[in-house]
Amino acid sequence: MEIVLGLLAVLVVSGLVAAFIAARPRRRDTDLEPPPAAPLPPPSASGAPPAPQKPPKAKRPSIPSEEELARQAAEVVAEAEAVLAGAREAPVPEAEPVEAPPEPVKPRFRDRLGKARGLLAGYLGSVRSRTKIDEETWEELEEALIRADVGITATTALLDQLRAQVKAEGIQTSELLVDALKDNLKKRLSIADRTLRIEPGMPNVWLFVGVNGVGKTTTIGKVGHQQVGEGRTVIMAAGDTFRAAAAEQLELWSKRVGAQLVRGNEGGDPGAVVFDAVERAAARQTDLVLADTAGRLHTKVNLMEELKKVRRVADKPPGKVTEVLLVIDATTGQNGLVQAKQFTEAVEVTGVVLTKLDGTAKGGIVLAIQNELGIPIKLVGLGETAEDLIPFDPDEFIDALFA
Amino acid sequence: MFDSLSDRFEGIFKRLRGRGRLGEAEVDEVLREIRVALLEADVNFKVVKNLVARIREQCLGVDLSASLSPAQQVIKIVHQELINALGGESLKITYASRPPTVVMLAGLQGSGKTTACGKLAKWFRSQGRNPLLLGCDLQRPAAVEQLRVLGGQAGVPVFSEPTDPETVAKAGLEEARRLGKDVVIVDTAGRLHVDEELMDEARRISAAVDPNYTFLVVDAMTGQDAVNVAESFHQTLAIDGVILSKLDGDSRGGAALSVKEVIGRPIAFASVGEKLGDFEPFHPDRMAGRILGMGDVLTLIEKAEQAYDQDEAAKAAEKLQKGSFTLEDFLEQMQQVKKMGPIQNLVGMLPGIPKELKNAEIDDKEIGRIEAIIRSMTPDERREPQIMNGSRRLRVAQGSGTTTNEVNQLLKQFKEMQKMMRMFGKGGGGKGRPRVPSFG
Repeated sequence: MEIVLGLLAVLVVSGLVAAFIAARPRRRDTDLEPPPAAPLPPPSASGAPPAPQKPPKAKRPSIPSEEELARQAAEVVAEAEAVLAGAREAPVPEAEPVEAPPEPVKPRFRDRLGKARGLLAGYLGSVRSRTKIDEETWEELEEALIRADVGITATTALLDQLRAQVKAEGIQTSELLVDALKDNLKKRLSIADRTLRIEPGMPNVWLFVGVNGVGKTTTIGKVGHQQVGEGRTVIMAAGDTFRAAAAEQLELWSKRVGAQLVRGNEGGDPGAVVFDAVERAAARQTDLVLADTAGRLHTKVNLMEELKKVRRVADKPPGKVTEVLLVIDATTGQNGLVQAKQFTEAVEVTGVVLTKLDGTAKGGIVLAIQNELGIPIKLVGLGETAEDLIPFDPDEFIDALFA
Repeated sequence: MFDSLSDRFEGIFKRLRGRGRLGEAEVDEVLREIRVALLEADVNFKVVKNLVARIREQCLGVDLSASLSPAQQVIKIVHQELINALGGESLKITYASRPPTVVMLAGLQGSGKTTACGKLAKWFRSQGRNPLLLGCDLQRPAAVEQLRVLGGQAGVPVFSEPTDPETVAKAGLEEARRLGKDVVIVDTAGRLHVDEELMDEARRISAAVDPNYTFLVVDAMTGQDAVNVAESFHQTLAIDGVILSKLDGDSRGGAALSVKEVIGRPIAFASVGEKLGDFEPFHPDRMAGRILGMGDVLTLIEKAEQAYDQDEAAKAAEKLQKGSFTLEDFLEQMQQVKKMGPIQNLVGMLPGIPKELKNAEIDDKEIGRIEAIIRSMTPDERREPQIMNGSRRLRVAQGSGTTTNEVNQLLKQFKEMQKMMRMFGKGGGGKGRPRVPSFG
C-alpha cells in the first residue's frame, strides 16, 4: 500500500518536473542563457572525454545557433585553407590500388534468397494449390503477410481491400487471388523515383543514418565500391565518432574500394568530420562524400539533435546533401516504421537502404514505410562483401515476399 | 495519446453489468484485441496463436461481479500469462569446477554481440571474476579493434590473432589457462542462420572451446523472423540463454517472447544502452508490461522502494491525498526522487505519458532550477503560493537566476497538480484512479 502511495508521490513529482521542463521554450535557436554545464551533444563514451576537435570554440554546452555555426564554420574554413595550402605542396597520399576484381556477377534477389527460400518454401504453395477461395485461404494469406513483417494493421487493410476486389471482379481461384494481392502491392511500390541523386558541379553529400547495428558502414563500403566502379571520386567521412573503432572499420572499407577517408578523433564532433570531408572534396573536386554517422536510437533526443546538426553542417556550401539514406535492417519488426518516422522528422530521409535481406526476414516493414511516409526504398543489401548491393526492384521484392 | 490495451478493454466491457461470467462474445472480442496488440509488439504469429488459446479458457472464467473490473482481470490474466512465458527459471551462472568458465556469444550481424561481450566482461569483474576476452570475429573489419577498446574500458585483456576463428578460440583458451583467468568470453562474427558454412564454423568454434554457456544475442526490435533465427542457432549450438539487446529503444520487444517460447531457454540479460554499465538481469514482469504497451511501472516501483524512505513516502502520500501537499513538500520529495536516477529514465517508465513529454529532453540540471526557485521563496510563500504577486515573483526569479516566466509556469503547474491530487484523495475507486494497472 505504502508503495503505491509512494509511487503516486513519484508520479506527481516526476510528472511535474517533466511538464515544467517540457514547457520551457526550446533553447535550440534562441538566445536564452545556456544550461549549466550540460555535456556536449556527442554522447560521451565512458572514459572518452567528449572533446571536440574542430571547431575549437565548440565547448559551449548548448547546440550552437545558426549564426554561431556559421562563425565556427568560417573558422574551420580558414583553418582548413591554411592546412590545404601547406598540403598542396606535399604529395597527396594515394589510396592503395584495388586490384581489379574479376568481372563480378551482380547478385540477384533470387540467387541470394535461394538459401532462405528453402526454409519458407511451399509456404504459399499450399495456398496456390487449393483452387477454391475459402476462409483458410484468407488465413494463410494473413499469416504470410504478418510473418513478412508487413504488420497486422496494414495486413488487415490489404486483405479488406482484396475482399472487396474479389467481390467486384469475381475472382474465383486462390492462384488468381494471390496474383491480385501481389499486383496490388507492386502497384503501391511502383510510384517512386529510386535513383540516387547526384548533382554536378559540387561535392554531393550522401548521409547514412539509422539505429545501431543495421549496416550503415558496410553499406557505405558497398556504395563507395559501386560509385568508384562508375568512375566517380569518393571521400568517406568517418562521422561515427562514438563507437569503438568505427573509423578504423570505415578506413578498411575505403582502402578496399579505392576511396579517400576523412576522420577525426574518437569522441570528436561528428559535424566537424563531415565538414572537413566536404571541404576536402571541394578542394579536390571530388564528386561524392559518403558520410557515416553513429548508430542511434531514435528515442534519444540529444542524439537526434546531434544528427540534425550534422546534416545542417553537411548541407552548407561548398557541399550539398543530395541523399539522406536511412539504413533499415530487414529483420526489424514494426519498430522500423517508427524509426523511419522519427529519422525523417529529424533529417528528411530521401531513401531507404534495406539490409540483410539475404536472411529469412522479408523486410515487409518497408511497405508501410513507403506507403505511409512516401519514402522510396532505393537499395538492397544482400551480404557482407562490396558487391552485395543491388537497386530495389519492387516486382522482385514482392515475388520474394511470397516465395 | 493515452490509448492503451486497458482502455480498449474498458471500451469492450462498458456495456456489461456486474453479474455472471464473461461470455464468449466478449471474450472473443477481447482476444482479438489482445492478438492485435501482441502482433503489433512483434510477437511471432504462431506464438501469439498459442498464447491466445491459453488465455481464452481463463478469460471465460472471469467473474463480472468481482472487486476488480473485468477489464482489469483480463489484463491481469494476460500479463501473468506473459510473465510465465517470459520467466520461469532464471539463469544463475554456475562457474566451472575446472576453470575457466567459457561463455560464447553468437547471433546475427549487428545484434550487439561485441558490445555485450564488453558488458559481460565488466559484469564478471564486478562479480569478482578474472575474465579474458577472445576476439574470434575476424570477418568484420576492425571487430577485434572494437573489442580491444571495450576491453580497455572494462579493464579486461583481449586475446586475438589474425589466423582463423577456430584457432583463435583454441589458442585463447590456452592463454586463459596460462594466465590463470577464470572466465573466458568468446566474441564471434555475426552470421546468418541460413549460412551453412558459417553455422558450421560456429559449431567448430563451440566444439573447440566447449562453452559452459552459449548466449544468443537478439536485437529487441527484431520482428517475426526472431523465431527462425533462434531455432536455427539453438539447433546448431545448443543455446543456454539469451541476451536481449537495444532495450533502450521503444520497440515493444515481442521478439523476447517468441525466442523464449521457441527455444525454452531463459533470457539472461537485458542490454539497455551503449555504455558498458547498461547491462542488467532480465525482468520478465517488466518485459511483459512493455510488450503489452504498459510502460515499466515495476522498475519504477523498485527504484522508488530503494530510494524512498518508507515513512517519508507514507507522509507525502497522506498529504497528497488530503490536498495539503505544499511546495515545501514538493522540494523534499524531489530530493528523494533525485536518488532514483535520471528523471529522463523515470519518465520513460511511466505508463500513459504523452509522447511529447516522454521525448522531451530532460536534463537533471533542470531540477536544480526548480529547486532554486522554490528555495528563493519564503516558507510562507511555499505554504501558500497564492500570495505570490508580481513583485514576489520577480524577486524569486532574480534570486534563483531564472525568469519570471519560469516562476509563473512552476506555480501554475503546481496548482494543477494539487487539483489532480485532491481528486485522487476523493475518488478512492472509480474515475479518480490513476492509470496504473493494479496487479495487487
